[in-house]
Amino acid sequence: MPELTVNGDVYELDVPVMRSLAQSLREDLGLTGTKVACGEGHCGACTVLVDGTPTLSCITLLHSVAGREITTIEGLRDHPLIAAFVRTDAVQCGFCTPGQIVSASALVERNPSPSREEIRHAMSGNLCRCGTYPKIEEAIATWRD
Amino acid sequence: MARLIRTEKEVEGRYSEQWIVVEEDALDQWPEGPLAVVGRDVARVDGVERARGKAQYTSDLQLPGMLHTAVLRSPFARARVTSLDLAPALALPGVRAALGPDDLEQLTDEPGYVGHAVAAVAADTFGQARAAVERIGIVWERLEPELDPEEAVRRESWVNDGPTTYERGDLERGLAEADVVVEAEYRTQVVLHNALETHQAVCHWEDDGITIYISTQYIWGIRDAMADRLGLPKDKVRVVCHAMGGGFGAKNGPGDYTSIAAELAKRTGRPVRCALTRREENLATGNRNATIQRMTAGATADGQLTALAGEFINAVGFAGWSPMTEGPMQMLYACDNVRTTNYGARINTPPNAAFRAPGFVEGTFGLECLLDELAAKLDVDPLELRRRNYADSDRIDDKPFSSKNLAECYRRAMPHWERRHEVRARSTGSWKHGVGLASQIWFGGGGPPSYAWVRLGADGTAQVVTAMQDIGTGSRTAMAQIAAEELGIPVDHVRVSLGDSARGPYASISAGSSTIPSMGPAVRAAAADAKRQLIEIAAQRHDLEEAKLDVEDGRIVSADGGSWPIDEITGLLDDAQILGKGARGPNPAGMRVLTFGVQVVEVAVDVETGEVRVDKVVAIHDVGRVINKLGASSQVEGGIIQGIGHTLSEERHLDPETGAVLTQTLDAYKVPTIADVPEIVTDLVDVPDPHLTNLGSKGLGEPPIVPIAAAIANAIRDATGADVRSLPITREEMLRALREAEERAAAERSKVAAGSS
Repeated sequence: MPELTVNGDVYELDVPVMRSLAQSLREDLGLTGTKVACGEGHCGACTVLVDGTPTLSCITLLHSVAGREITTIEGLRDHPLIAAFVRTDAVQCGFCTPGQIVSASALVERNPSPSREEIRHAMSGNLCRCGTYPKIEEAIATWRD
Repeated sequence: MARLIRTEKEVEGRYSEQWIVVEEDALDQWPEGPLAVVGRDVARVDGVERARGKAQYTSDLQLPGMLHTAVLRSPFARARVTSLDLAPALALPGVRAALGPDDLEQLTDEPGYVGHAVAAVAADTFGQARAAVERIGIVWERLEPELDPEEAVRRESWVNDGPTTYERGDLERGLAEADVVVEAEYRTQVVLHNALETHQAVCHWEDDGITIYISTQYIWGIRDAMADRLGLPKDKVRVVCHAMGGGFGAKNGPGDYTSIAAELAKRTGRPVRCALTRREENLATGNRNATIQRMTAGATADGQLTALAGEFINAVGFAGWSPMTEGPMQMLYACDNVRTTNYGARINTPPNAAFRAPGFVEGTFGLECLLDELAAKLDVDPLELRRRNYADSDRIDDKPFSSKNLAECYRRAMPHWERRHEVRARSTGSWKHGVGLASQIWFGGGGPPSYAWVRLGADGTAQVVTAMQDIGTGSRTAMAQIAAEELGIPVDHVRVSLGDSARGPYASISAGSSTIPSMGPAVRAAAADAKRQLIEIAAQRHDLEEAKLDVEDGRIVSADGGSWPIDEITGLLDDAQILGKGARGPNPAGMRVLTFGVQVVEVAVDVETGEVRVDKVVAIHDVGRVINKLGASSQVEGGIIQGIGHTLSEERHLDPETGAVLTQTLDAYKVPTIADVPEIVTDLVDVPDPHLTNLGSKGLGEPPIVPIAAAIANAIRDATGADVRSLPITREEMLRALREAEERAAAERSKVAAGSS
């Protein structure tokens, strides 16, 4: 039975081998902050951290991350990026936002003062159809303000 | 007292007459400029819950016993189902029900496009449903599809009653009076909405009614349409949408999926989700249809337009409607002689759907590029050409505009426009720089009916209650600001309760840039009604004259000097509440309510590789009073970025032989990423429309996407001399246009050489 650590809590999950991490988080654990928008690894909405590395949970099978540390948006509820995204209006429909914040948290963790170019490079895998990008860039550039 | 009024209603350029009931007295507009809360930067009231992933989208809903649906969609653009056997699907584990064309009107045995829904299965899990759909026994008879819109026009295959022609003045005379005439054919492609939350609904029958949780732009439209489809009284249909993950026009109606979920839920007695996959999303939920625009413009040598003519073919698809692609040509300029014809070609491709300013995005690309071609031939400055043909009144039916500040937009554009010489001088090597502009005209006045309630509780905080939806534009926040402004309380003392037809009055569609202009005045009226009652109570409590009381900064203030915190008065109510009611009044009679703007764009083009880079966009729009400056700038940026995708990278590819959609995923279909975004400067004129409602606000969702394609194409012409006339401007299209420009220049050189020999 795969053992999973999510936001510091340990879960034992009796699920089929082909279950994706995204599906398990959303349906088995009720952590619906992780969104699934394409289901095939193209959009970044389902991004979570696996041992601190941004990972597309919709194309990650649950069994492959057994024993690893998973961080979802629910684990970042008090991260300063939340307030930064709200303050700069980096949230429109909000469906991509959790994935954006998870990706951004990994960026600022390894590089607390990213340049605009570094932000664009790190965030280019997270699509936003509302076009919130200028504000997302602003939120990350000013996340500690 | 309730007043019954007959008034005109407009959504995206389509007008209808209807009766509305208005209960309150008209309010004077607030003074121009930023107020205490309105007109300021306000962070979204629901920003934290969205950012934390706590907002409840339809896709997050998990009801006990809920089943999941998979839909069998036609792999052929035109076919007939000669036999269908659901039994093998029903025999699989977890499968609870299956539907075919005999069971539901929204399923067909004669599919007319790839993706047309034929059958559906509900099972315990989505995986089981999908496996079961594969097992449906089906025999297809393939038929020859019609995929070419021009052939459809020749065959007179229409989605409507046939072509519509508009004419004013005398086109032939206008052409005869012209010193210069330009003709050109412009084409635009099919683009896909690709909202990140796919189209979906969860249907649940309870007692004798149904609850529909749905990702929608129009709660009340879903209620009415589904009541009609299900044969239910309207109030037996409850529609819920608390948060939704984008629509852009594609989520105005119930589609096939809501009926599929409703029928499967009825048959199984369980809640049923029907959620489209991303690939289905790119087949069966609508699109911005392709257009072919053949246009002529004539002008006198001094740049006075004498003639405008256009044939506009909308490649609509198997169903849908023919958008007003000719609208900008009819409306943007003061030209006396205009003739347009609109063709709505019916072909075997997925039906179109409204997509952010449908018709006007496409038609503005054609018209505003043609204007620049004309300016080049006339040797008149493009901005000056637009000024010389400024329309002072609506030319379709000679109505005055309720307000028009496009001249002010042009004035503010000047410093950016004047940079073009300096920008062009930056060209080095194969990178050529240039500046272009284009004007914007669109609707966005909103209208009645729309209603809101405001409840004031004992603690002095307010709750706005109305069954509208916030589709991600920030309208929830705008409503909180309007109520806070009217009540004289801080915005964080206002909660907004939306998204449920059973828990609030009728509210407008969120389409046609109408949410703020439709709902805002109703919310203000409701807040004013609550405030009036609060003052009445305060006057009685303190034995004062009502006329001398007002509410400011959370206190009831008397002209005689006294003041009391609001909650001292509302606290008298205990658990009771003051209930204010408000309605949206009519639009100004005999006037045309429109939005205007201009965008100035700087581009760089690599003439060796055909790469086009947008460096800067200055967006100047006149949409009346701005409610939330911060949110407004996000709307502008979002529209421009979506428009840059439309202009440069997005295209639904279709196999021309079979009609198969080749771009069904977000790696094949290229929406902009954060790395594709230029510098964007937003400049809103922010002057209330003096004739429009108690707010003077128009809508902003659509205007920013309207002129961007033409402004980019005109900047490319400025940089390179090449005429790009087809979207998207891929490297291939850019290189083709550069070759054509080079050949034209060579031909002119040889003509000059021959003349001088």
